[in-house]
Amino acid sequence: MSTLVSLITAAVTFGTVLMYGTLGEILTEKSGNLNLGVEGIMYMGGAFGLAGAFYYEKAAGAAASGPAAIILAILCAFAAGAFASAIYSFLTITLRTNQNVTGLALSIFGTGVGQFAGEFMRLSEGGYVALSNHLKDAFSASIWPQALINAPVLGNILFSHTVFFYLAVVLAVLMFLFFRKTRYGMYLTAVGESPSTSDAAGINITRYKYLATIIGGGISAIGGMVYIMTTAGCVWNHEGLSGVGWLAVALVIFCMWRPLNAIWGSVLFGAMMIMYLRVSLPFIPTEIYKILPYVVTVIVLIITSMRNSRDKQPPASLGMNYFREER
Amino acid sequence: MSEEKKTPFIRLARRSAMDRRRMWIIRVSSIVFALILGFIPILLTGSNPLEAYGVIIQGSLSRPVYIRQTVKIAIPLLGCALAIAPCFKMKFWNIGAEGQITMGAVAATYFALYWYDRVPHVMLLVIMALTGAAAGGLWALIPAFFKAKWNTNETLFTLMMNYIAIGIVAWLQGGPWEGRKGSQLIPMFNDAARLPDVLGVHCGWIMVLILVVLMHIYMTKTKQGYEIAVIGDSANTARYAGMNVGYIIMRTMFISGAISGFVGFMIVSGANYTLYSGVANGVGFTSITVAWLSQLNSFAMIFISMMLAVLQKGANTLQTRMDVPASISSIITGILLFCMLSCEFFINYRLIFRKRQDTEAAE
Repeated sequence: MSTLVSLITAAVTFGTVLMYGTLGEILTEKSGNLNLGVEGIMYMGGAFGLAGAFYYEKAAGAAASGPAAIILAILCAFAAGAFASAIYSFLTITLRTNQNVTGLALSIFGTGVGQFAGEFMRLSEGGYVALSNHLKDAFSASIWPQALINAPVLGNILFSHTVFFYLAVVLAVLMFLFFRKTRYGMYLTAVGESPSTSDAAGINITRYKYLATIIGGGISAIGGMVYIMTTAGCVWNHEGLSGVGWLAVALVIFCMWRPLNAIWGSVLFGAMMIMYLRVSLPFIPTEIYKILPYVVTVIVLIITSMRNSRDKQPPASLGMNYFREER
Repeated sequence: MSEEKKTPFIRLARRSAMDRRRMWIIRVSSIVFALILGFIPILLTGSNPLEAYGVIIQGSLSRPVYIRQTVKIAIPLLGCALAIAPCFKMKFWNIGAEGQITMGAVAATYFALYWYDRVPHVMLLVIMALTGAAAGGLWALIPAFFKAKWNTNETLFTLMMNYIAIGIVAWLQGGPWEGRKGSQLIPMFNDAARLPDVLGVHCGWIMVLILVVLMHIYMTKTKQGYEIAVIGDSANTARYAGMNVGYIIMRTMFISGAISGFVGFMIVSGANYTLYSGVANGVGFTSITVAWLSQLNSFAMIFISMMLAVLQKGANTLQTRMDVPASISSIITGILLFCMLSCEFFINYRLIFRKRQDTEAAE
């Protein structure tokens, strides 16, 4: 029982990282932009989020407060991701470059910038960038009172997570409401499905694509920050972060571009990624666990294309640029 | 008056054609512009950018030893870019080269580990090359089959296949092929399974250059190359002309995967002499940008892949000499890619600024 509980909590911790990456990419892809730069974006989010919290503590000294550091880290990560996605948006939307190639270029650029920033901080601070324990605790502490966490069985599963998890869930619900209940969400979906129709209907395609991609990139970047600040223990660790962005891209497919699916989907993927540490089955090698998420995603991809049901498809214009002049 | 208000400040028009000289001026200046933008991160570390670029060139080209190492980096980039070209020409977005390289390397490694004492040297290398190519091709055939049959999204499919391939190697590394127990390493290849050197670099460079010519001929002079071009322009046109689009997609992907698999063979047999999960090391992704920036032109790929290799090799020297993190090469590569990607826009489109006079705007 306790193994299961600890598995679930660990899955949620890693799943939270994925959830941000995925939610951001869902928003981006809904506008028809396939941003393959998530890997780079999350690197940048991780490095700059850490930088934000670290330099804040350096400036504030012992007076540094946990909530302020968390907010700053989120803002820094968001800004870094938004900046990276702004480059992507400008190239693909305004300059009409190929989305796949631009996304990969952004991955190269972003991982470079993230690593550069991480290394640079380490060098300029003389070897070690780490937050004080009291701030570290602020990042990994639960927001609920101890009494709730101690509640039997459900306490740990529901209440022991960091603030980032609950924020991500709220974000997923908000995004769901945005797509389903608001005019702007509907417009955005329309843009992703058929830019030319939306254009004819008088929707400002360029604005929707830009906003969705930039905000989406910012959200994805928060995932990188969450990884560094919780799982990696507030130290720059590029090895652990590598591959997370691609996993988020996979998860978007698995979730069928629906924000609510991202909540359980990312916890499930999180479980698959960490299961080998917690539960060992004698006849399945650990490395095979780790490819499970990708295999599952491929199967989902194949099944949806075979069934060809209309409501479970990628946005129709995904990956294609829209040129009004070339209609 | 109200008419004029509706004219946007900048309008775009497709250029019919630009003369080659101006085209090259734009391309070269985009590279220069990118290198200047690259000053920013170098300045941040407190180093002199010009000196840093000097070190990069020095560290990659100033001595035969360095040139050899640079070429060694460029070989897989070039080979893989050649593999990607036909797919992208067909508008089949194969971003699975990373996995295809890895699977090619796996097949080659199998024979290197278990057959080295059974067949003569050259024979062994030929077997490794052929099985590597076959493995890469078959790995690529999986997404192609589903694309042809059910129109499954190939971008996402090929992307996922990368990580499955890498995971398989990670498993082999710690499991069945592990050398010393607990080392998590596959043993080094026997000498019989290593590619011989020519002029100090493994002979893969000759094979890649031959591939450049072959790919050029294949794409421009053969019927199959023509079919690929037609599908790229319009799959429906191809269908109406009686081409079996599904079959051509699968054939092209097999060829592409086979070349990537061959590259995988060259990496394990010529450079690493062993197999590990990071064997492709991002080459599959970087080579996509190489292929695209070369406009899928085989000969231009030589230049672009060398340029990226120089940056990568030079940045390592930069790290040891000037304490600039080597990740600077990824940043500059990224900036280069951004600038070179965008410059095509200015070659293909003309910006028309709103004029004061209405009459002028109608030019």
